[in-house]
Amino acid sequence: MNPVMHGDVLIIGAGIIGSALAEQCARRGLRVAVAEAAIPAAGTSAAGMGHLVVLDDNPAELALSRDGLARWQARRHELPANAEYRACGTLWLARDEAEMQEAERKQAGYQQHGLSSNLLPATALRKLEPALAPNLAGALQVPDDAVLYPPVASRWLLQNAQALGAQLWCKAQVSSVDDEGVARLADGRLLRARHIVIAAGNASATLLPGLPLKPRKGQLLITERYPQRIRHQLVELGYIRSAHASDGDSVAFNVQPRATGQLLIGSSRQFHDTDPAINWPLLQAMLSRALEYLPSLRQLQALRSWAGFRPATPDKLPLLGKVPGHSRLWLATGHEGLGITTALASAHLLADLLCEQAPALDPTPYNPARFGPWSLADQHHPVGVAA
Amino acid sequence: MKVQLFIDGQAHLATLGSNLAAALAGLPGRCSVSGQPRAALCGMGVCFECRVTIDGQPHQRACQRVVYEGMEVAREL
Amino acid sequence: MSSELHTDIAIIGAGPAGIAAAIAACAQGAHVTLVDDNPRPGGQIWRGGPSQAPASASSTFRQLADSQARLLSGFRVAAIPAPGQLLLEDPHRAQVLRYGKLIIASGARERLLPFPGWTLPGVTGAGGLQALVKGGLDVRDQHIVLAGTGPLLLASAATLRAAGAQVLLIAEQAPWSQLARFGWALKAYPAKLAQAASLAWQLGGVPYHHASHVLAALGQTRLEGVQLQLGARTLTLPCDWLGVGYGLLPNTELLRALHCQISQGAAEVDALMQTSQAGIYAVGEATGIGGVDKALLEGRIAGLAATGAAAAAQALAPKRKRQLAFAALLDKHFALQPAITQLAQPDTLVCRCEDVSHASLQLFDSWREAKLQTRCGMGACQGRICGAACESLYGWQGSGDRPPLLPTRLGSLLEPTLAKANPT
Ligand SMILES: Cc1cc2nc3c(=O)[nH]c(=O)nc-3n(C[C@H](O)[C@H](O)[C@H](O)COP(=O)(O)OP(=O)(O)OC[C@H]3O[C@@H](n4cnc5c(N)ncnc54)[C@H](O)[C@@H]3O)c2cc1C
Ligand SMILES: Cc1cc2nc3c(=O)[nH]c(=O)nc-3n(C[C@H](O)[C@H](O)[C@H](O)COP(=O)(O)OP(=O)(O)OC[C@H]3O[C@@H](n4cnc5c(N)ncnc54)[C@H](O)[C@@H]3O)c2cc1C
Ligand code: FES
Repeated sequence: MNPVMHGDVLIIGAGIIGSALAEQCARRGLRVAVAEAAIPAAGTSAAGMGHLVVLDDNPAELALSRDGLARWQARRHELPANAEYRACGTLWLARDEAEMQEAERKQAGYQQHGLSSNLLPATALRKLEPALAPNLAGALQVPDDAVLYPPVASRWLLQNAQALGAQLWCKAQVSSVDDEGVARLADGRLLRARHIVIAAGNASATLLPGLPLKPRKGQLLITERYPQRIRHQLVELGYIRSAHASDGDSVAFNVQPRATGQLLIGSSRQFHDTDPAINWPLLQAMLSRALEYLPSLRQLQALRSWAGFRPATPDKLPLLGKVPGHSRLWLATGHEGLGITTALASAHLLADLLCEQAPALDPTPYNPARFGPWSLADQHHPVGVAA
Repeated sequence: MKVQLFIDGQAHLATLGSNLAAALAGLPGRCSVSGQPRAALCGMGVCFECRVTIDGQPHQRACQRVVYEGMEVAREL
Repeated sequence: MSSELHTDIAIIGAGPAGIAAAIAACAQGAHVTLVDDNPRPGGQIWRGGPSQAPASASSTFRQLADSQARLLSGFRVAAIPAPGQLLLEDPHRAQVLRYGKLIIASGARERLLPFPGWTLPGVTGAGGLQALVKGGLDVRDQHIVLAGTGPLLLASAATLRAAGAQVLLIAEQAPWSQLARFGWALKAYPAKLAQAASLAWQLGGVPYHHASHVLAALGQTRLEGVQLQLGARTLTLPCDWLGVGYGLLPNTELLRALHCQISQGAAEVDALMQTSQAGIYAVGEATGIGGVDKALLEGRIAGLAATGAAAAAQALAPKRKRQLAFAALLDKHFALQPAITQLAQPDTLVCRCEDVSHASLQLFDSWREAKLQTRCGMGACQGRICGAACESLYGWQGSGDRPPLLPTRLGSLLEPTLAKANPT
């Protein structure tokens, strides 16, 4: 069968990563096609929180999240209203003096990189968020962090790409790729492009067996509308420990005020559980944790809980760059719990590499070659879709 | 027999044993998320249109509750 | 009350089906717990409990009162934290109920479809208005129009008239040809025919229009009138209440959460009312819309079957065949006319919780995509109303129920005796 499409870049997966990349490539005048197995923005990108947050656990994470946030900020007025962008800032909460010292360390780090943040003693914290438990020691406020509603933001990026000529193929599940720029769809059709980028989230590993990517389950719960109860994204300082734990189940307090007045409550992290159903013990642990910080949550009506799967690499950094040993096959995945924040930064970086331009950020820490090499999927094996 | 309840602070009489949504009928109700007036629709706990605040707890379905003496109802959530 | 309860047989729903199941199971000596989210037992038809129920129901209520069944009124099933456990909640407490076997008698709700003005206060379901009146709504001398489809319009009109309302007219969407065939087929069911005749008697004088439907509800902040299509002509009528319902839909949320097989919107059951999940039974409207006689019979069968009296249960099976044939008649003769799903205008809201319009939903191909992009179905009712509307209007199948089954206090989800939590 002859390939049905010819273009410069074929992107596999229309989550927020594939969509941001499609927009960036289209803006650079490339002929872009996006193949999506199901519907756009309905995978992990529909399950997450949409906290746009600068994390400083290591320099590479900081660089990408910072660049990502800055790019969202710069485009906030372009976003449609229902993308619900709000510059609410983050409050990193300290329970005791030890955590307060951690907050100070964190502040010093932000300062070093020219990022603004304020240390809040207990009294100032209580004024900002009266619903918080009175025994907290204080907080670090990061005023520039923001939140948005990922499914709409993701769809918006893709629509921008389409407006610039990008083609979208829905219900187009790619079952194999080669290094000649040919992708085979599950229904037998072939797509051809100069470059192929795998941005299929968790399912990327089915196209590249051996890819060091594991789904990391996360549970969230959303309440009814309670406007004005909380104004900032609230995160416990222990969050980083939970996010970077390499194994085992963990919960961390994380509450987000939605533009609707709803409260989105997180979060948990779990490897080794690929069941999309709610894990009750872990949900309960997560809610107990939330009540320690926000006792008045107890009376609020919980509307719905769900689970999503973060595409996680061993070092929690994304895979952005060429598949080692290949010349036309690229990766854009592995964004774990930061893919919404870093989508625009990742798209710029990869588009630079695709166009053989020097990226603004050092691409080395994200280069897939740090893990490779892998062999390509057997052409005859059907491929599963992201959870 | 009648019981006295308070609707937005105003005393109202309602028949003992009657349903709160029935007692609220005819009074202006809640506004929807885009500001439209709404009132009970399904009468059986499914549609959530009859939500009120009861004794300080928002998002309670009036049609699933029986009035009682001293019940405090606020129509905004 | 301790926060954890145990029972041999848990029955969810205290309508006719659940009550009949409770009576039968108790008679076998089982320990039975009957749970219903309404303040009183009786379900839809006997809403208001024993004191308001018709004579025909009083012996059933008496048997329930005489039985050893534990009744938990005002409690709803909020979630299924683990197999064999139900998390119950009432306005004040949470409770875990551990059961041996489960009978789901969750009944039905009305199919409510969008038309211009349907969000105005004063517009309700047809059965919804009946329920409000049974709950004490004063409709004396109020002018009421009923519209939609099915026998519930007649039952509702009878209740409203008995409460002193002036029912101006009933608009039934089914054409005369279908109704006539239904009437003819009813001859095979003398009991139903007698019910119908008695309703007709109670309704003497209320105009009943076939091939007719609501075009729009009129008013600014409250219902003031209604515009109707009556056969070939249109009519505008002032009125105080407008009750519109397009038949009934089984409540299947709990069944789906328990992974019971659903087909054509109702629970799939065997001759002994067992679902695809061993030890879980479904009865009454939850297995398909068929009315009170079917509900009572199925409840009895399940109550017997779940307590090991399989032979006695089996003996009732032939009777059930007849009830099912009647249910099929209802389904066939009150099928929706195409015009009913074309009433919404571009600015008519389809999702009433999140105020999402027909125009914005028409842009999408699937429930999931529409939901993610517009918030349709994401509000308080979690798609209970708009899900059915979207299915009728756009052919979308809803998907992806997630706990809790109904909005639940966060504190209730932490009910301490739930499965032990041990994250590292
Ligand atoms: C609970 C939770 C909370 C989170 N909170 C945040 C947060 O607050 N802030 C933040 O920045 N990030 C957060 N994240 C992380 C973020 O959601 C992810 O990093 C991001 O969505 C990943 O996007 P993606 O495009 O790589 O994957 P996806 O959105 O999963 O997209 C992949 C797409 O590829 C498609 N696909 C798969 N296989 C194929 C195939 N063979 N052919 C064609 N198409 C295919 C899929 O259908 C899917 O649409 C959170 C995640 C979770 C689970
Ligand atoms: C609004 C309405 C009005 C009706 N009026 C009439 C009438 O006048 N005459 C007539 O013949 N038929 C009427 N019907 C039809 C009626 O459904 C049947 O005749 C009969 O009541 C069916 O009995 P059932 O036991 O199957 O269900 P139901 O009587 O509906 O009982 C089901 C019960 O289960 C409860 N329930 C459901 N889910 C849960 C949960 N998760 N937790 C706790 N409790 C739960 C419900 O609140 C309800 O009380 C009406 C139906 C509706 C929807
Ligand atoms: S009127 Fe529908 S939930 Fe109360």
